Amino acid sequence: MGILTTARIKSPWLLHFDCGSCNGCDIEILASLTPLYDVERFGIVNMGNPKHADVLLVTGPANYRNHRVLRNLYEQMPDPKLVIVVGTCGCTGGVFHNCPNILGGVDKVIPVDIYVPGCAVRPEAIIDALVLALGKLKEYGK
Amino acid sequence: MSTGWLIGSTISAVIVAPFLGGLLVGVDRKFTAHMQGRIGPPIIQPFYDIIKLFGKKSMVAGNAQLVFAYIYLALIIAAVVLFGLQQDLLMLLFILSFGTLCLALGALSVKSPYSQLGGNRQLLQFLAYEPILLLAVIPIALKTGSFPVAGIYKYGQALLPNLWLTFIALLIVLAIVMRKSPFDISGSVHAHQEIVSGVVTEYSGPYLAIIELGHWYEVILLLAVLALFWVGGGLWWISIIIALASWFILLIVDNISARLTWSWMVKFAWGIGISLVALNILFVKLGWM
Repeated sequence: MGILTTARIKSPWLLHFDCGSCNGCDIEILASLTPLYDVERFGIVNMGNPKHADVLLVTGPANYRNHRVLRNLYEQMPDPKLVIVVGTCGCTGGVFHNCPNILGGVDKVIPVDIYVPGCAVRPEAIIDALVLALGKLKEYGK
Repeated sequence: MSTGWLIGSTISAVIVAPFLGGLLVGVDRKFTAHMQGRIGPPIIQPFYDIIKLFGKKSMVAGNAQLVFAYIYLALIIAAVVLFGLQQDLLMLLFILSFGTLCLALGALSVKSPYSQLGGNRQLLQFLAYEPILLLAVIPIALKTGSFPVAGIYKYGQALLPNLWLTFIALLIVLAIVMRKSPFDISGSVHAHQEIVSGVVTEYSGPYLAIIELGHWYEVILLLAVLALFWVGGGLWWISIIIALASWFILLIVDNISARLTWSWMVKFAWGIGISLVALNILFVKLGWM
């Protein structure tokens, strides 16, 4: 494993986007930044700026109201980038499935790397998904 | 000191400074995490970050911002070189100021509102600390009788006992340059919801890495200026302890204080900072210090 790949795996910066979730999953994402779970141990920082981010965490179902925003944020992130969908709503549409204003899962709008089902997702599952996602970075550029 | 020795030490300073700067940021993050009851990232985390940033695909909003990013880094390295060669302190600070100005100009060259706000705030920071930085040279020059850094080495006496008021004013400057709370204004490191990443919002990947590198150089240079307050007094390790102690004080202040507004920053820097330096100049003139 080269220095660059090691650095990429050791320093994933997060961008968190709420695509219309009930805030349950968002609270769990923020919980993983608290002293109890402390994801900064792994070099993970919540950035709030797509241009600095490596990993896009999306919660909630894709809908007609903000799918353009979601795509825009994804396109503003420089490569290599990963997308993790957190929560059942984001995976498939969840309880909002077939609603007139809902497109469905986030993968209807942007390519998704890791799906984390759950309502709401536990912080342990989010950290596990991040570790899985970082494994994908090893294959980047090969 | 011979010219060869000076050039050698300058080259090694330019090479070593970013490693030292990165290490200080790493210790800063670890220490902050411990103060918040967390474990925190490894101490070499900033190096992972910067290598990763250099390896990212570049996304550019405009060519002007790239030019300004390169000039920023180049000017700050030039200031470090001038310091290493023990040249004029005033010249060095002007070059450093123009470097910082380029950061603001780079942010203002993009149309993004957050970048614009960040650029404006960078200018305000500049407005707050620049008078202190330039005025601080005057008591040093009054004491040593010359502007070059070499004069401070030759002075044969530590400056700190007489110029401690100026030293405290320079600590305010260092806190503003490091963008530490309560002066976390332009970079908005701890307030993404306010102006995203402020002055660096529109920089990504390798260009963000260049700016980060420049910032490490800048912090190390200012710490070296603080170390100058002891270099004439013998026992070189005391200067290093003074620089590191000032840095450590700022970390504690960063962790125990809230972010405050830019207007407070300007009032504080001009009110307290400039008064301290002015009093020091007065006392030196009167022969009390």
